[in-house]
Amino acid sequence: MAKRKFRLPETEEGAVLFNTDPIILKSHYEMDYIHSYAQDSPFFAGLASGRLLGSRCTRCRKVYGTPRAHCMDDGAKTEWEELPLRGKVHSYTTCFYGGQEFLEETPYTLVLVEFDTADTLFLSRLVGAGDSQVEIGTEIEARFRRNSRFNITDVYFVPVDG
Amino acid sequence: MRPVFMVSGGITKFSKASPDKDFRYMVKEAFEYSLEDVPGLTVDQIDGSVCSYFSDHFTRQLKAGAMVQDYLGLCPKPSIRVEGGGATGGLCLQTAWAEVASGRMDIAVAFGFETMSRVNTWKGNEFIALASDTNFDYPLGGFYTGYYAMMAKRHMHEFGTTVEQFAMVAIKNHRNAVHNPYAQSPMELSIDDVRSSAMVATPLTMLDICTMSDGAAVAILASEEAASRLTDRPIKISGVGAGTDTMRLADRPHGSVLMLPHESEEEYKHLSWPGVHSFRGARAAAKAAYRMGGIEHPVEELDFIELHDAYTSSEVQTYEDLGLCRYGEGGAFIEGGHPALEGKIPVNPSGGLLACGHPVGATGLMQAVFAFWQLQETMAKHLGNDKLQVKDAKRGAIHSHAGTGTYITVTTMERGF
Repeated sequence: MAKRKFRLPETEEGAVLFNTDPIILKSHYEMDYIHSYAQDSPFFAGLASGRLLGSRCTRCRKVYGTPRAHCMDDGAKTEWEELPLRGKVHSYTTCFYGGQEFLEETPYTLVLVEFDTADTLFLSRLVGAGDSQVEIGTEIEARFRRNSRFNITDVYFVPVDG
Repeated sequence: MRPVFMVSGGITKFSKASPDKDFRYMVKEAFEYSLEDVPGLTVDQIDGSVCSYFSDHFTRQLKAGAMVQDYLGLCPKPSIRVEGGGATGGLCLQTAWAEVASGRMDIAVAFGFETMSRVNTWKGNEFIALASDTNFDYPLGGFYTGYYAMMAKRHMHEFGTTVEQFAMVAIKNHRNAVHNPYAQSPMELSIDDVRSSAMVATPLTMLDICTMSDGAAVAILASEEAASRLTDRPIKISGVGAGTDTMRLADRPHGSVLMLPHESEEEYKHLSWPGVHSFRGARAAAKAAYRMGGIEHPVEELDFIELHDAYTSSEVQTYEDLGLCRYGEGGAFIEGGHPALEGKIPVNPSGGLLACGHPVGATGLMQAVFAFWQLQETMAKHLGNDKLQVKDAKRGAIHSHAGTGTYITVTTMERGF
């Protein structure tokens, strides 16, 4: 009986090599997540309808400028609280680099927003004013994307006269 | 709790990329070094280990700690991995301390590593930023330096701190590193060099920021009985403190200062704290470590500090959190030369993260090793010169810090001989 030959099928796939001593090669890694905003979902739904939602503690009445379902101070549940669309720059920075997926957007400006009616802040992008045109205390107002991405970038801030 | 001593340590030279050695090999190198330093210690005497690495993304290998454990020949002894961002090394050291303090182990190895060169710098920044709130913060830029830059701006606004003062931290730490063969970027800098390097996130330039690196570090801790058997220069882990703060900068409170024993409420009655200008977790960690270590006046009672200078600005902020000066005086503190090698309290005599590099899981243990050598007065033996040896160093502190101060450890160490 003839001897059977076992062989892996040959393909045209190969390695992208950077070096051979030591061997350094490219290895790709990618995945999709089925991500839930869970209890924070109404916030992101709010952005899509031009509303900025914070949360208010049902016990101590503390208002969070970035929502959370339970109060950090006393552990009580919070309720949704609509925030004003106008605030002030608490701090800011213009970034000339970023994570790889954001490099194309550089330079961009990050801003911590202070609201008159909230006890904590909100992190956002500031559009239309870079490092030399803005300072701590500058009045800014919210704008919303027309076509929502259902992520935090659906809201951004601009100078009040912008 | 029983007293715990550090009996040995080892580090690899941190570098931007070490493709010749994987994480197991790097830890092995640091481990061998630490074993050679205490000839009486053999692997069979070790009761177990605690492993420190920050990111499974960088390693591209889950349970990498298990692979180090077998590579070092420590199986089937117990081991656990701890993780807390940039503070992972400090948390690892404190966990190993707890293993010995509790009596569970007589000799425990704390080992840490990170291999960050496996992705490019900007992908690395993405990985690091995944350690910020991925719903509310990450999608805005995926960039931790941006968060620190906002903290720095607010510190400047509150207290009048200047970018030149931040630059002086880079000058000091890179200059110290000239005498440290383990440092990857020893250099003499001017304020102009720092300010004219590429702007990364206003006000921080490339030279205000540490470098992602590959590297490993090991610290070996022991009970009093085991330590006295192994070395005539044991270093006591005298104070252990840790603190935390909110993941999102936006959530930080604006309240009153958590006081240290040498401060008075009067001096801070107008200060809203911590806001985004200070690190509440560092203050909490320092307070606990000082209390346990019996330290009332840190500048007078500590001979040096190795602190987490991922950014020049965060070093200035941390002077204040650790009580080396009052809140608001951090800029003047560096400008006055107080944290210099010849100053009131040398800070980062090794060159710190800015000059040595920051392979995250190894960093906090590197600080322990440098502090250990300082207190043993063996810097000359390990560095080949005594330029960085703080004369007559009897007591020091190390400070490990995770992104925007979310996890922080402060550990005080002192001579046990």
